[in-house]
Amino acid sequence: MTGSALPRTGLPRDLHPLAWWSWAIGLATAASLTTNPLLLLLLMGSATVVVVARRSGHPFGRSFRLYAALAAATVVLRVVFRILFGGQEVGNVLLDLPEVPLPDWAAGIRLLGPITSEALLAGLYDGLRLAAIILCVGAANALANPKRLLASVPPALYEIGTALVVAVTIFPQLADSARRVRAAQALRGGTTTGVGRLRRFLVPVLEDALERSLALAAGMDTRGYGRSGGAATRERWLTGGLLLLALTGICVGTYAWLDPTAPRVLALPMLGAGVGVAVLGLVSAGRRVQRTRYRPDPWRAAELSTLAVGLVVAVLGWYVGHAQVVVAYPQVDVVPYLSPLALAVGVLGTLPAVATPVPASALAHREVTA
Amino acid sequence: MTLHGAVELRGITFRYDEHEVLRDVDLTLDEGELVLVSGRTGVGKSTLLGVVTGLVPRFTGGVLTGDVLVGGRSVVAQPPRERAHVVGYVGQDPLAGFVTDSVEEELAYGMEQLGTAPGTMRRRVEETLDLLGIADLRARDLRTLSGGQQQRVAIGAVLTTHPRVLVLDEPTSALDPTAAEDVLATITRLVHDLGLTVLLAEHRLERVVPFADRICLVTGDGGIRVDAPQPVLVDSPVAPPLVHLGRAVGWDPLPLTVRDARRRARSLPDLAAPPGVPAPGGAPLLAARGVTVVHGRHVAVRELDLTLSAGRVTVLMGRNGSGKSSLIWALQGTGKRRSGTVDVDGADPAALAPAERRTRVGLVPQTAADLLYLETVDEECAAADTGAEVAPGTCWALLDRLVPGVDRASHPRDLSEGQRLALALAIVLTARPPVVLLDEPTRGLDYAGKAELARIVAGLAADRHAVLLATHDVEFAAHVADEVVVMAEGEVVSSGPPRRVLAESPSFAPQVTKVLGDPWLTVEEVAAALGDTR
Repeated sequence: MTGSALPRTGLPRDLHPLAWWSWAIGLATAASLTTNPLLLLLLMGSATVVVVARRSGHPFGRSFRLYAALAAATVVLRVVFRILFGGQEVGNVLLDLPEVPLPDWAAGIRLLGPITSEALLAGLYDGLRLAAIILCVGAANALANPKRLLASVPPALYEIGTALVVAVTIFPQLADSARRVRAAQALRGGTTTGVGRLRRFLVPVLEDALERSLALAAGMDTRGYGRSGGAATRERWLTGGLLLLALTGICVGTYAWLDPTAPRVLALPMLGAGVGVAVLGLVSAGRRVQRTRYRPDPWRAAELSTLAVGLVVAVLGWYVGHAQVVVAYPQVDVVPYLSPLALAVGVLGTLPAVATPVPASALAHREVTA
Repeated sequence: MTLHGAVELRGITFRYDEHEVLRDVDLTLDEGELVLVSGRTGVGKSTLLGVVTGLVPRFTGGVLTGDVLVGGRSVVAQPPRERAHVVGYVGQDPLAGFVTDSVEEELAYGMEQLGTAPGTMRRRVEETLDLLGIADLRARDLRTLSGGQQQRVAIGAVLTTHPRVLVLDEPTSALDPTAAEDVLATITRLVHDLGLTVLLAEHRLERVVPFADRICLVTGDGGIRVDAPQPVLVDSPVAPPLVHLGRAVGWDPLPLTVRDARRRARSLPDLAAPPGVPAPGGAPLLAARGVTVVHGRHVAVRELDLTLSAGRVTVLMGRNGSGKSSLIWALQGTGKRRSGTVDVDGADPAALAPAERRTRVGLVPQTAADLLYLETVDEECAAADTGAEVAPGTCWALLDRLVPGVDRASHPRDLSEGQRLALALAIVLTARPPVVLLDEPTRGLDYAGKAELARIVAGLAADRHAVLLATHDVEFAAHVADEVVVMAEGEVVSSGPPRRVLAESPSFAPQVTKVLGDPWLTVEEVAAALGDTR
């Protein structure tokens, strides 16, 4: 095998983070619209396959295992809860546990009781559905650096994006400083219980965090963050007005849409108009921003195909949920099965594993570790 | 040459409430000049730098009057962000100022804010990577870089916007001697090749004086003195050992570089070699054998042996990340060690309860402020007394002996760096540990602070404590050490009396040794020998 040969799918590069997130959200949508364990396992499998093939070399790339553990824990918890609180007489009793009598004020809650296979299966299916959604989010996180996603927000939202990026960065630092202070406080005697202990720990950590934040703010300010450029007052008013109008439109539209008694003209049309004005406002706000982007992620065919896969999976998943109810929501007393369409939903998600370029960061990482 | 300098401060006055930090200060920096801001701690060096960057008074409060001109244009009314294209600023802790998480993105950040065209941005990032010699780090996570690399990235990140002035606040204070030399060489190159104007504050004058064109001495009464290095250093309250040597011997003009001084030293009369201080052979208090500390896959300390004896000061040196802190924490017992034994008075501190541990080994961590959490010095002392179950007033008495004259009612955060360190040390000593470990105590101390610390450490040794301290400061090590241990990659590479270990190493030799050769370590020794011959 020639180690230096490049894959067919194009030069190594990192895919646009939005593409990965839309793909993952597509898969998660499909997963949320079914309880068929076979379909859910297929969806989880395809997410995992793509992660293994196209994981980025960033520290976030290693976080997938964490999400997998969380997903497994969710399934287990779901089943355990069914055993603890889901006792019922109807159905195929596997183990006849006695019910723990509870006082009157806890009426409506059952502790233990007979365990039926139906209850267990329902818990399992439900847990699998949640686990699949968690795994999809984890896949997006491992495939795309969340910081780059925040950095690619439209220019008008740039400030908020940066604030979020900084917040993400602060957390590991806070953990560091907490560890340091805990070790340091062990070097002196004194109160080790209650409020005193909390104070000993919190005061230095908070002081440290405050000092760091000030240093960061000073650093960002001296490097030009938040330069006003040459925005005229009128432009600012225009942008502000447009965004306020959009917000009102979206609020009224959403309310009318959810409330069936409201006139229909206030529902979807109003919502659409609100979104339209919001876009206008963002464009107007973005125009006066003088900022540029260094090496922005391009949006090419591979991104488009990844987005399309996510979209198709979601739409097909929705269609299965509506047209093939027996497949999407199998009864707990029959063996679940897949229709050809459902099978397609489950397998289609693996396409990006071969249709996208290898991430550049993963290659660099491999060279370092090799 | 234009009529005005790159930066002009005109009639700058700055005060908080009653306290006047700067009074009617005028300062002109010429194009392509490196000006060193020096002075004792707390006299307003950072304030002077902040006036140029705009962080003073916007981030500090206080009242500023006067005018600041950059390239002939007044910028005093502009916030720092509007000056970003002409003034570049790098703070004391580069890591705290990083906004992004990779080297390349960090270099581009400033240009993105200024709206530089993408093509130009790409070109400048590549140029800067080469200029600072960090091209191989381009994709690295900023947090995984060494201190010297971080400092160079921070400088590169402000250089990409092509500022006219670079303002640096203690760029080498946290660095080991070699990394500090790298950073300073980089800065000098920028001054020489690009004609950049640099305004730089630094405590460790021995590192920067040879590179400075002029020195701006902040006197502390609100004024400044600006002149060529020699005239300023003749009577400056802060001066590198080389200048002290020059003053002691009576050289005029003063030598500023080791090379100058070495040439002059040929004319010195033959001096009687300093008496080799007889090693007071104290009883061993701490014996460590085969200590190994592992962080994940990284071996921080590898099978290290160390003995600390009563009445002796051992200085631990080595570049950043060579395992000094890991060793200190492992010896104290809080840090996990993988294998090996530590024996203090017949017990392993790691196996003891924290309260028991404190009575055997005391440790002052790198950030002494982590130990403090109360509002006044008095409360801290009282808490230390009850914590160690000793008579009330013990801690205060210790502190008063370490640094007389601390205000009991003041907030620990308002103390000077040296006083805060002494407070932390007093709290640790309240439990009466025979062994005292200090992790990087010289950080942020000026010459007076270090002299004070040296006196405190000598006092501890005189009280039959065994002292181990880690430091990058070779001059300080030369003053206090009975024994020096140099670490690299978690192993001891050399150890022994300072006269041998420090003189052997080109990067750890103090200035006096560099000038006069082997047996000489400190100016005091030379002065004493001179006094004998005269």
